[in-house]
Amino acid sequence: MAVVFEKPKSLANVPLHYCPGCPHGIIHRLVAEALDELGIEGKAIGVAPVGCAVMAYDYFNCDMIEAAHGRAPAVATGIKRCRPENIVFTYQGDGDLASIGMAETVHSAARNENITVIFVNNAIYGMTGGQMAPTSLPGQVTQTSPYGRDVNHCGWPIKVCEMLATLEGPEYITRVAVNNVKNVNKAKKAIKKAFQNQMDGKGFSLVEVVSACPTNWGMTPQQALEWVESDMLPYYPIGVYKDRSAAKEEG
Amino acid sequence: MAERVLMKGNEAIAEAAIRAGCRHYFGYPITPQTEIAAYMAKKMPKIGGVFLQAESEIASINMVYGAAAAGMRVMTSSSSPGISLKAEGLSYIAGSDIPAFVVNVQRGGPGLGGIQPSQSDYFQATKGGGHGDYKMIVLAPASVQEMASLTIKGFNLADKYRMTAMILADGTIGQMMEPISFEDAQIETYEKPWALTGTNCERKHNVVNSLYLQPDELEKKNFERYERYKAIEQTEAMWEEYMMEDAELCVVAFGIASRVAKNAVAAARAEGIKVGLIRPITLWPFPTQALNAAADKVKGFISVELSMGQMIEDVRLATQCKRPVALCNRCGGMIPSPDEVLDSIRKAQKGEF
Amino acid sequence: MKTTQILIAGFGGQGILFSGKFLAYKGLMEDLQVSWLPSYGPEMRGGTANCNVILSETPVGSPIITAPDVLIAMNLPSLQKYVNTVVPGGQIYVDSSLIDAKVERTDVQVFYIPATQMAKDENIASLANMIIIGHLLQNHPELSFEGTDAVVNKLVPPKKAALIELNMKALTLGKEYSA
Repeated sequence: MAVVFEKPKSLANVPLHYCPGCPHGIIHRLVAEALDELGIEGKAIGVAPVGCAVMAYDYFNCDMIEAAHGRAPAVATGIKRCRPENIVFTYQGDGDLASIGMAETVHSAARNENITVIFVNNAIYGMTGGQMAPTSLPGQVTQTSPYGRDVNHCGWPIKVCEMLATLEGPEYITRVAVNNVKNVNKAKKAIKKAFQNQMDGKGFSLVEVVSACPTNWGMTPQQALEWVESDMLPYYPIGVYKDRSAAKEEG
Repeated sequence: MAERVLMKGNEAIAEAAIRAGCRHYFGYPITPQTEIAAYMAKKMPKIGGVFLQAESEIASINMVYGAAAAGMRVMTSSSSPGISLKAEGLSYIAGSDIPAFVVNVQRGGPGLGGIQPSQSDYFQATKGGGHGDYKMIVLAPASVQEMASLTIKGFNLADKYRMTAMILADGTIGQMMEPISFEDAQIETYEKPWALTGTNCERKHNVVNSLYLQPDELEKKNFERYERYKAIEQTEAMWEEYMMEDAELCVVAFGIASRVAKNAVAAARAEGIKVGLIRPITLWPFPTQALNAAADKVKGFISVELSMGQMIEDVRLATQCKRPVALCNRCGGMIPSPDEVLDSIRKAQKGEF
Repeated sequence: MKTTQILIAGFGGQGILFSGKFLAYKGLMEDLQVSWLPSYGPEMRGGTANCNVILSETPVGSPIITAPDVLIAMNLPSLQKYVNTVVPGGQIYVDSSLIDAKVERTDVQVFYIPATQMAKDENIASLANMIIIGHLLQNHPELSFEGTDAVVNKLVPPKKAALIELNMKALTLGKEYSA
């Protein structure tokens, strides 16, 4: 019988702990498929964050390390500088990458560290139970913004791609989403490119994946995907914010 | 005989680290240890190594964490306020059971404190500093030669026991120059089957991790780690005894304080006071055995420290409070003079502790 | 057991640390135990600088000098600060072109050398320190003048090779100086 669908080799055969309707499973799969298709699962070393994806080290079949909150790009830098022949990636959430780890994010981008960063933005702290994230939208109700995010009190959400794209350093900065099949397919291409860039020695590649958190948003999975489309994507538009090699070819 | 060259203590650490096989240095500038970074920045690119100035102390220790997990001999160095920032990474490195080498050239604190020599990070180094149950091997050089030899020893011990070895020096020993030779450097190497190298699709994936959500698993990990610590306490303590054979009083001091204390002991001997010195070379493991044995011979101890009295607690514990322990201390960047120590010895001789 | 503790003090930029290094290397060449300890930090930049050098036939205890056998004072504040710390019978070297004051103590040997003026006259303005060192070597048989060229060669980086000769000139001026 012809096999029409199977698990990527780079994903371990263990049940994931994510909530029903959580897109982390999709994003894990996209990363694993990219590793498989590029034939780099034996060379890959992944850095797991603190956040919902904290146990990613059990889910990917490649060598893995668990970083302190926000420090994944620094840990990845340490590994990559020792083992430039390996493929090093981080998998981080919005609190990890854009709040406590912002310095590590910005500086690894500025150094054009030859690593791949997968940034999952779901506008909330999921693991700790739904607190306001650096990317929570204005007016968004969370456990720590119970009356809605008041930008006069706690500031504006951070647009990571737009900000990093102002730096000379990074190679590739892009934002994708996983709220429908078309977007998932685009996300796959971006993630694969981000790994291919590293293989080609091009440098820092970050893929922001606009994701959803039905559990902490208090929505059904379907409603959550609709909210991504209606509220998240207008604030965080999909697109390529920086692609140095492409710009060079064009220019 | 190998050539003796004059070197600054900080440079001796850097050169010794390179000789020990360290090819990766991550750090952030802070006085009074910046010579280490400067030396590495100059040397590493020429020997195929990596010097990287990180964006922060926090980033630099986490780069060390990554590089150590990748199986490399790697180091960072800083001074007191910077070590506080590195505490996070030190805890993760301990919890993940990987080797690392860290240097603290201490300055006065708390807070921003000052930049002059101090020993007031003794508690931070020997009792933890970061969160959770863990230890670091803490080495306290008292000369430029020891800055080098204990660096090499530190790399060896770190690999042997898969934990952090820290040099706890101070601004004086970091900045001073003395003759040094690298003749006796013994480099040990250890297999690192746990390291992140890529599976090459040939083995199960390696995971470097300090997260154990099941309390019984975490407890088991901690118990195992402390079994290892116990073995280290029994086998790795190092100390120097000076004029202790017939001593009736014992001065305890490490690092720069021990150099001052040696002058004072010699001066007291000239006055006919039978006093000796025990100099802990490892602060953890603390040379409990030597001090406890001394407690059965001497009538009291004098702890000489550049702090408000931190090691004195370990002296009391080691000697099980069998004898009184006096404190002779300066802090904030001040260093006791040999005369001040001599005064404490004279008082102790009269039974004043 | 012979130990010589030398304290060199002056302004940053007068080559205080360099002259200390010179003495330390000279001691090393004479097979002595040596230590060299600088003041460090912001005070190095334009403020006062000092340097502790200990030369000994036995291992050096504390590298910190509280009672020097020899004081080299390259400015007035340094002389005032340290003059009374010198051990009785010790030596004080005073750059008399920068310091008008006289040492009132009678239990020490004092050498007044107009080093800064001499250096200016010879167009080696930055080497007053080495003129004093040259004179000091004369008074210290354990160091001697012999072999100073090897020490200077070691201390001056190849890029600044022209300075080797000038340092030797300064040392010789100091050696030959008599009040």
